[in-house]
Amino acid sequence: MRPWWTSTAEALHVEWTKLRTTTGTIWLLFAVVALTVALSAASAAAVTCAGPGCDRDPAKVSLAGITVGQAAVAMLAVLAVSGEYSTGMIRVTFAAMPRRTTVLAAKAAVVSGLVLVAGTVAVLASVLAGLLILPGNGFTAENGYEALSLADGPVLRAAAGSVLYLVLIGLLSLGVAAVVRDAAAAIGIVLGLLYLFPIVASVVSDPEWYRRFQQIGPMSAGLAVQATVNLGSQPLDPWEGLGILAIWAAGALLAGGALLRLRDA
Amino acid sequence: MTTTTPYRSETRLARDGFAQLLRAEWTKFRTVRGWVIGMVVAALVTVLVGILGPVGSSFSCSGPNGQSCGSHTPPLGPDGEAVTDSLFLVHQPLAGDGSITVRVTSLTGRYLDAPGAPAGRGLQPWSKAGIMFKESTTRGSAYAAVMVTGANGVRMQHNYTGDTAGLPGEVSSTTPRWLRLTRSGDTITGYESADGTKWSVVGTVNLAGLPSTVEAGLFAASPGYTVTTESFGSASGSGGDTLATALFDHADLQGTKPRGTWTGDDIGGQGGGNSPVTGFQQSGDSFTVSGTGDIAPVVASRGSLSKTIENGLVGAFAGLIAIIVVATTFLTSEYRRGLIRTTLAASPRRGRVLAAKAVVIGSAAFVTGLVTAAIAVPIVEKLERDKGLYVFPVSAMTELRVVAGTGALLAVAAILALAVGTVLRRSAGAATVVIVAIVLPYVFAVASVLPSGASQWLLRLTPAAGFAILQSMPEYPQVAAAYTPADGYFPLGPWGGFAVLCGYAALALVLATFVLRRRDV
Repeated sequence: MRPWWTSTAEALHVEWTKLRTTTGTIWLLFAVVALTVALSAASAAAVTCAGPGCDRDPAKVSLAGITVGQAAVAMLAVLAVSGEYSTGMIRVTFAAMPRRTTVLAAKAAVVSGLVLVAGTVAVLASVLAGLLILPGNGFTAENGYEALSLADGPVLRAAAGSVLYLVLIGLLSLGVAAVVRDAAAAIGIVLGLLYLFPIVASVVSDPEWYRRFQQIGPMSAGLAVQATVNLGSQPLDPWEGLGILAIWAAGALLAGGALLRLRDA
Repeated sequence: MTTTTPYRSETRLARDGFAQLLRAEWTKFRTVRGWVIGMVVAALVTVLVGILGPVGSSFSCSGPNGQSCGSHTPPLGPDGEAVTDSLFLVHQPLAGDGSITVRVTSLTGRYLDAPGAPAGRGLQPWSKAGIMFKESTTRGSAYAAVMVTGANGVRMQHNYTGDTAGLPGEVSSTTPRWLRLTRSGDTITGYESADGTKWSVVGTVNLAGLPSTVEAGLFAASPGYTVTTESFGSASGSGGDTLATALFDHADLQGTKPRGTWTGDDIGGQGGGNSPVTGFQQSGDSFTVSGTGDIAPVVASRGSLSKTIENGLVGAFAGLIAIIVVATTFLTSEYRRGLIRTTLAASPRRGRVLAAKAVVIGSAAFVTGLVTAAIAVPIVEKLERDKGLYVFPVSAMTELRVVAGTGALLAVAAILALAVGTVLRRSAGAATVVIVAIVLPYVFAVASVLPSGASQWLLRLTPAAGFAILQSMPEYPQVAAAYTPADGYFPLGPWGGFAVLCGYAALALVLATFVLRRRDV
């Protein structure tokens, strides 16, 4: 009987090799960085602060690109599972490694690692873009804004939280893909889940419902981690919000893992 | 020497007309369970999200003076649209034909309920004062008026939506404006003059069905101001009333005057009939008239208690995601299974295969959208009315355009997704690209994630412009409002926005035909 860690290490190695040698991976990682930084810079350039009390959150503004970058993260994670189903590779994988939850866990680990790296690059570049652009748009000391700095606790939390947000979106997508198997359907469900709650929240006029939708939506809750000003008026505490997203991701992974075990490949 | 005839097969060629292709593609579509489920999901999700809106909305009718909900309902104009009809009118009846002439020497304004009001003189660009013929003093009745405005010069307006420009420039004692309205049957002509001798026509309008006796008079009105504060992820507005005061002299009413004396009425009075600020003073043929409010169509704004009919279709974006997924896999799954080789062997004219697929998926999406909208719009409208919310009336043609437009939006988006799927051959990539291109800008704009300027540009340049086809309320240049996508206004208007989406779809289809022909299968 081989110890469990050997098979886990093997599973990780296998998944790493598969993901590393798929042509799309590197492009998707590049897309995560490029899309995030491009939209973050565009957002920083579009938002201006006219005077004191303009009530804008410089961290949110300069990390806005996450909302687009997450689509590439979702695609990367979905393809890690659905790609195998579309080519039939999944049968070989499960024949070689009958512990299906271990396979899913290994995929989750490898995808998380890659997203962590790409996300860190994207977030650092976005913060840098914000640092360079925002002071020119009125985010200056006389309007009550200090320059963005990662030494500042809330800003560091917003930046690190954004990276974790991308990782959790990857895990959520992985779980959804394991549930529905088809790549396009999984992408549709993930993006639908992300975009649904902000839209619904915008049409309900009852403030209680609005808060509730902001609190349970994976995107609106998760991005609460980016807030650095007016923390009291946010629907959620920053880390609490990321926790909600983590619950979504855990739920999707659990459902995916259970279905992998129950279903034929 | 023998001559050999080349071999000819006795088997007759299979019919390969476009009708057969359509039938083949339709058979593929309806026999794949996931695609049919996708269409049903699209319809369900759209209706359910639409219903969430009114279910999650509430307001109480206990106003400061115990006002009933009925008072929130705006009057309807002669053409059936919701209007604001609040003004101070100094009037007397005029029987039959006649004319009214006046000189305006000043138009000033100020903010009411001062705390929180911005600094400045308070005259709004569309503060207005002038002369009018009005069917009656009932709110929403027909009228024609010629007026001076705060920043838009002389205008002739009628029946709330009509607006014609006259002389530009502000009015003052050194640059007064002479105004004249004449009635001849149902035809009313507005004139203007800078000196009272040289007159020019501003406009002529026909008010069909105007009673023989109308109210003729002098009026002043000033729309409320709003200050919109936008922050990332939300926007809030604050505002209040403003008051316009105009000085008139040389007032002259020609014609049969059954009463012969002037009375003042605060029509639609926001300040009540005996408001201390609105009112008029007469001294001979000179008048000072102070009024608040506006004479204009009501425009939609987010968070108000008045809802547009397309509010019921806010879930269309979710249905669109399902349709996009189905449409991309409609072709990419053939690549995945290798069926594409059979398809193209059976029908070597590849452009026609793509056309048949586009027709089938487009029609299926159109029908799905049409049925969905025909269900969602009335249901949500009823729920909103039950909640005491007001739903803007629109013409039957507009309602038809919105309902059929939902189908058209889904159809064109499906064709775009099909074409992108053909080019990319991978369903995940194609679905992501199309969803991000169509749905993301819309989400940004409607959930006001971005500042309104940025989101307006997104809705001009991206395929998300197509959502404009759902816009039921027109923009009016004579009403100052934010007109942001979140309020229900798209920068290019319904057809312009839809044309942008169609352009993207056509471009993608041309590219898809090109690569499908050039590539090996």
